[in-house]
Amino acid sequence: MAELANLHLSEEEVGKFLHDLDDILVHMDRLNEIDTSGVEPMAQVLYDAEDTATLREDVPRTTVSNSDALANAPLSGAGCFKVPEVVKR
Amino acid sequence: MEISTLTIDGVKDGLRARRFSAVELAGEALRFARAENSKTNAYLTFCEERALSAAAAVDAKLARGEDPGPLGGVPVAVKDVILTRGVRTTCGSRLLENYVPPYDATAVVRLEQAGGVILGKTNCDEFAMGSSNENSAFGPVRNPAAPDRVPGGSSGGSAAVVAQGTAVVSLGSDTGGSIRQPASFCGVVGVTPTYGRVSRYGLTAFASSLDHIGPFGRTVKDSATLLGVIAGRDEMDSTSAAAPVPSYDALLDGNVRGVKIGLPREYFKGLASETGDLIASGIETLKRLGCDIRDISLPSTDYAIACYYIICTAEASSNLARYDGVRYTFRSPNSPTLGAMYRNTRGEGFGAECKRRIMLGTYVLSAGYYDAYYLKAQKVRGLIARDFTNAFTEVDAILAPVSPFPAFKLGEKVNDPMEMYLSDIYTITGDLAGIPCMSVPCGKAAGGLPVGMQILANHFDEARMFRLAAAFEKETN
Repeated sequence: MAELANLHLSEEEVGKFLHDLDDILVHMDRLNEIDTSGVEPMAQVLYDAEDTATLREDVPRTTVSNSDALANAPLSGAGCFKVPEVVKR
Repeated sequence: MEISTLTIDGVKDGLRARRFSAVELAGEALRFARAENSKTNAYLTFCEERALSAAAAVDAKLARGEDPGPLGGVPVAVKDVILTRGVRTTCGSRLLENYVPPYDATAVVRLEQAGGVILGKTNCDEFAMGSSNENSAFGPVRNPAAPDRVPGGSSGGSAAVVAQGTAVVSLGSDTGGSIRQPASFCGVVGVTPTYGRVSRYGLTAFASSLDHIGPFGRTVKDSATLLGVIAGRDEMDSTSAAAPVPSYDALLDGNVRGVKIGLPREYFKGLASETGDLIASGIETLKRLGCDIRDISLPSTDYAIACYYIICTAEASSNLARYDGVRYTFRSPNSPTLGAMYRNTRGEGFGAECKRRIMLGTYVLSAGYYDAYYLKAQKVRGLIARDFTNAFTEVDAILAPVSPFPAFKLGEKVNDPMEMYLSDIYTITGDLAGIPCMSVPCGKAAGGLPVGMQILANHFDEARMFRLAAAFEKETN
């Protein structure tokens, strides 16, 4: 799971999280007790509104500049974010 | 001037009567906040320059005879998960210790347009994940009412500064109770508005289908005023609602006689005695005011914790994927390859609770478990929301506890995540259903520990919720 999440964990953390997650998943298994047949999964809070209520006019506007966007980068150059080498030259 | 008990009206009166200027008030508020901060660790960053320039703009407007806005000159604090252009925004995380956002959140823009003076950014659980503020990388906040106790979380700093008097009002965020629970623990008013009522543009995403921005205040009226300022449709957030924003603070007065209030029986079993007694006396007060109190049932409540912690961790695991060492300040020094950079940046940058939730979220979304956990939880969420829809055909509002107990001791629950999760039982249901809810102070338990009472209302019915809270506040003061 940690590999899937790109998350390095120490041996100690692995032990602790195994225990914690077991505890939590046991609790979550309670969901099997409740009958949800015929219930739509609720992914978002919805309320009555016009179908177009969340649309806006498509007009160009200034956005964050390249230098502002890069200002927090740990490493940047030539207007781009720099990362460790992926493909050998 | 008595900074620590000022209200928005008090600021207005003081400015109008020229007892102080906005710049004088901001200077004094900053001095006081800095001096008091060692007691609570509630502020992480002060933004003096920004505060004084906002205050100077208010003074200039006043000098020209113009209206400085509904928050003209009011000292405000902002939770450190809400972006402030040019002012460090850490999200309580080591990972973002040096992150300086390139833009302002819409709520921040609106409160400054209304004349608000931002003093600084407040401490919180890392990425707003926690119920005690102990998950901050910058140390916990201490409860102003009892320094050996937690202020609640995750918006612990925003609740503490208002309780302590080092800001008049503040902004927090709520995903599973992160405004109401600290409001209850610190003895202030805290409001989680309807989902979509306030734009989340510039709120660091934790669980997007549950995240809200909302106000804290020492009075119902101050909270209502601040909500009125930040609420309303924003083109930068497609989930923000177009529904018109009433003048909440103008609608506070009025009779609450005959208002039908439901007491969900599932919320009152197993309640710690002192908290239960205080809520019971709150109910008596509302009866005295003529409210029609009746028992109701929200039958899916027992499944809310499991439902919530599946949905919020699933969404969090995906929202936190962006902190990978490329764009957001911190990259592990141990990054020989792209993969190692991702793994080590995240392994070194995130604290334990974030890691736990990323792991859980990744698990419930993974192939083979998706239907059993994530999809099932979404269906249970549908049932929980339906419970409320049904209840609001019978009653106008619902009354409940905020937390099973008052503020607990620092360190008391930090090693038992499941125990900590269970303490969110009364607050997560409102977030899952997307309805407005708030905590209003209803007395003190032994040791002077504040206890809040929760009022929940139907979607976009904040005005009614505020009116009940205001009537209750008036009667109990």
